[in-house]
Amino acid sequence: MKITLNGDPAEVDAVTLAAALAELGYGEGPFATALNRDFVPACERAETPLSDNDAIEVIAPMQGG
Amino acid sequence: MQIYGETFDSRLMLGTARYPSPDILRQAIAASGAKIVTVSLRREAAGERAGQAFWDIIREAGVSVLPNTAGCHSVREAVTTAEMAREVFGTTLIKLEVIGDADTLQPDLFGLVEATQILSSEGFQVLAYTTEDLVAADRLVEAGCRVLMPWGSPIGSARGLNNVYGLRAMRARFPDLTLIVDAGIGVPSHASQAMELGYDGVLLSSAVALAGDPVKMAEAFRLAVAAGRLGYEADPLLPRDMAEPSTPVLGQALLGGAVLS
Repeated sequence: MKITLNGDPAEVDAVTLAAALAELGYGEGPFATALNRDFVPACERAETPLSDNDAIEVIAPMQGG
Repeated sequence: MQIYGETFDSRLMLGTARYPSPDILRQAIAASGAKIVTVSLRREAAGERAGQAFWDIIREAGVSVLPNTAGCHSVREAVTTAEMAREVFGTTLIKLEVIGDADTLQPDLFGLVEATQILSSEGFQVLAYTTEDLVAADRLVEAGCRVLMPWGSPIGSARGLNNVYGLRAMRARFPDLTLIVDAGIGVPSHASQAMELGYDGVLLSSAVALAGDPVKMAEAFRLAVAAGRLGYEADPLLPRDMAEPSTPVLGQALLGGAVLS
């Protein structure tokens, strides 16, 4: 299905958020996820279904002021 | 300095962005004596691992982290960012920024109060990036905020304390609240001035990161913050209009002027 990953178009076979992240190559690293602008806790990714045109955001630590 | 019941033995909080290199960041944190550093979150591509590398540096530095919601212009964006930060960084502390003006990066006080209400109800400990506005400050406290961070001047402007009167009024209004001047600090004397006003701490970033010698500047700020605080605790003189001799005049010899007969 067609999704958006961090603002860019992407295509995945996965039907859950957790499976999509694995398919896209996200490993263990520290990151957090949002689906259609709502936060999805790590423990809920496996039960979070994906639909066409969903927007996934994956964010990780970076320098801040 | 007290942050939500926890005591930190430095009154300086340091940003981690825009350093020339990770090694200089590491040295600057050590030289500043800061026990809390600010961190942020950004999109990460699969396999990039930049977040992991940065996170490793911060953990090795042995300091606490304060995630921010920098760059958020809406309540929803700030709340979602805070929720993501809590999971990634494992802390309920959040430096809440809801930006309302693109030129000055002035906080949107209406959005800030709304976001504080939401985040406080979700168990966050909010450090609100605000202005010196006392009405907004009252609303923030009502919303559960216990650490206010008024701006000195616009973020990154290095203009120092634009409204000393306003900052002094805020200190007087909230004698028991933790107040930290955040943003606009350019040189160590700005930080000293904030501390002399009785502020609990200062947060600065670019002043150190973009200095010609960030490590030396970090140390300068460490000393300035400590000196300003000592000065405040020592109960300083108030300014006056006319001179007052600092050398006692009693018993001074009459060697000049008119001879009295």
